[in-house]
Amino acid sequence: MSDQTISDVRAGMAERNSPRAPSLADHPLVQLTLVRFLEFVREPEALFWVFVFPLLLAAGLGIAFRNRPAEVLKIAVAAPELAQSLRQEKLLDVQQMNVEAAQEALRTGKVALLAVPGPGGTVEYRYDDTNPEGRAARLLADRAIQKAAGRVDPVATSDVWMREPGSRYIDFLIPGLLGMNLMGSAIWSMGFAIVDARRKKLLKRLVASPMPRPYYLLSFLLSRILLLVAEVGVLVGFGALFFHVPVRGSLADLAVLCVLSSLSFAALGLLLASRARTIEAASGLMNIVMMPMWIASGVFFSSQKFPDGMQPFIKVLPLTAVIDALRANMLQGANLAQLAPQAGIILFWLVICFALALKLFRWR
Amino acid sequence: MPQIASQSALLVRQLRKAYKDVVAVDGLDLEVRTGECFGLLGPNGAGKTTTVEICEGLTAPDSGEVEVLGRRWSSDAAQLRQRLGIQLQDTQLSEKLTVRETVRLFRSFFRQGAEASAVIARVQLEEKQNSRVGDLSGGQKQRLALACALVGDPDFLFLDEPTTGLDPQARRQLWELIEKFKESGRTILLTTHYMDEAEHLCDRVAIMDHGKVIALGTPRALIASTCAEHMVEFTAGTVSHTLDVAALRRIDGVREVRPENGAVVLQVAELHTAVPALLAELTRQNVPLTELRTHSATLEDVFVTLTGRHLRDE
Repeated sequence: MSDQTISDVRAGMAERNSPRAPSLADHPLVQLTLVRFLEFVREPEALFWVFVFPLLLAAGLGIAFRNRPAEVLKIAVAAPELAQSLRQEKLLDVQQMNVEAAQEALRTGKVALLAVPGPGGTVEYRYDDTNPEGRAARLLADRAIQKAAGRVDPVATSDVWMREPGSRYIDFLIPGLLGMNLMGSAIWSMGFAIVDARRKKLLKRLVASPMPRPYYLLSFLLSRILLLVAEVGVLVGFGALFFHVPVRGSLADLAVLCVLSSLSFAALGLLLASRARTIEAASGLMNIVMMPMWIASGVFFSSQKFPDGMQPFIKVLPLTAVIDALRANMLQGANLAQLAPQAGIILFWLVICFALALKLFRWR
Repeated sequence: MPQIASQSALLVRQLRKAYKDVVAVDGLDLEVRTGECFGLLGPNGAGKTTTVEICEGLTAPDSGEVEVLGRRWSSDAAQLRQRLGIQLQDTQLSEKLTVRETVRLFRSFFRQGAEASAVIARVQLEEKQNSRVGDLSGGQKQRLALACALVGDPDFLFLDEPTTGLDPQARRQLWELIEKFKESGRTILLTTHYMDEAEHLCDRVAIMDHGKVIALGTPRALIASTCAEHMVEFTAGTVSHTLDVAALRRIDGVREVRPENGAVVLQVAELHTAVPALLAELTRQNVPLTELRTHSATLEDVFVTLTGRHLRDE
């Protein structure tokens, strides 16, 4: 076939040189990010784990550990005259029953204390002295009985109640869940998507096209940030709306913290997914890395509960730094300058993981 | 047009690639001319895919030279990628995206080429353009893979086993699309282990075995050079009346006699003289004929003649 005829045939293919207005939507980075985003929102399970699950967890724990207006302690009483004196105390829920039933209720934790009349007008308190509720019930019950018997307090006292949002369990929990969610969604979404694409040889196919390779990895980070707005907004909004969890620090600082944290966890996810060829291998790796942080980094309870010797190791975990920073921002109103140590740790993990991931990453 | 039109689209010299325990490509030489459809034919494990992936710049060879469209991967990878259309063996495109989203994504990687909708029309997927990839049939998926290869309007198209696993109708549909691309004067390198596919689509064919080219030429020339035009396959004889195979070689026009799975295969030049002569010989030996088939020689027969094995011996 001569050059002439080839040109003719080419000219005949109308669409070959059809003019195309270059638009932002056709930029490879925009297309890759869009595709990542679509793949995520078309995965109902992922939507559940990222958006619904943390809310259910927060709601469930928030309700279970809610602060009752004033703790009412249940106690059992074996005699009617004692019950009458004790009912004067509003912080006690007094139930009258025979001694056997009361003993059983005490043993199973249904009541905190059992008051039994003794010989000669004495009263015997039965309770577990290692249980704070038992000790509190002992004090309240004794005060009520002594008062009913005519005791007069020599010193006049008054109470001022300091019930402040920010010191309850739900206030502690929401930043913890936020940190855990940032870690989980970044690592799962990066890891699974990349390993799946490698397994299906889609990565190889993309590399066979003129796609700029850094754009592929960048598109994951960009789609992460897009989703982050929704993830953080839903959880923080839920806490504020239903439990009045405060955000005392600046929202801009909170946004910076969340973006930095998410990028750092995404880099960790990229590192974990850099070689694995199967979903099983990848998810095992991710669980090994995330499990210690779920436990030690203070999601559900303070990381201070671990022995002092472990504290330096716990402090440098990325999730510990993230949660400490989020709590300080939301509950104490700390600004970024005050959070420099935590931000430094998060940044350190971001740089190390990303550099390692780039070195180790396999496209096939 | 650049002078490339008169040159080779692909030049491979002394290519060698070994994996841990097997030599996949063993000193391969290959030339694909601009504008031709060139077929790499061979059984599984012959080294076809390794060869193609080296040419596509996806695998580094241990030694040897590769020149694609007059350029080398070491220095011109970015320019080359823009001009090649690549379809890999068993790539699974993202199932959650639609046909249109997939083509549009691949389109965004190329500087030139038709609109996504035009490419979708070219592979006859207009009706499916808003369907999820996961809902497509095998043939439709392969056509989508072809669309992703064509979207940059390539000068050179690499197709690695494009019709493996498809039903006959889907294969024919894909062949038509490949032929249309061929008519536009662009170059194609195709691997297949279907001999009919190579005969149907390819201008020239290289038959590969154990990492080497063992025969090269047009399908017709290959068939003519290595064996006769026709094959006669028959079963004859009983326990008491065994066939004297040696006598068959003396029949006029019989080039080769080969026993195969209890039957006998003859390569003959002309059916109308060889078949009556065969029947006369059987009558002379007093051996009953139980089965008789004839077919024109194919590339499969060429492969069997060259290697003693079938293309799809699993």
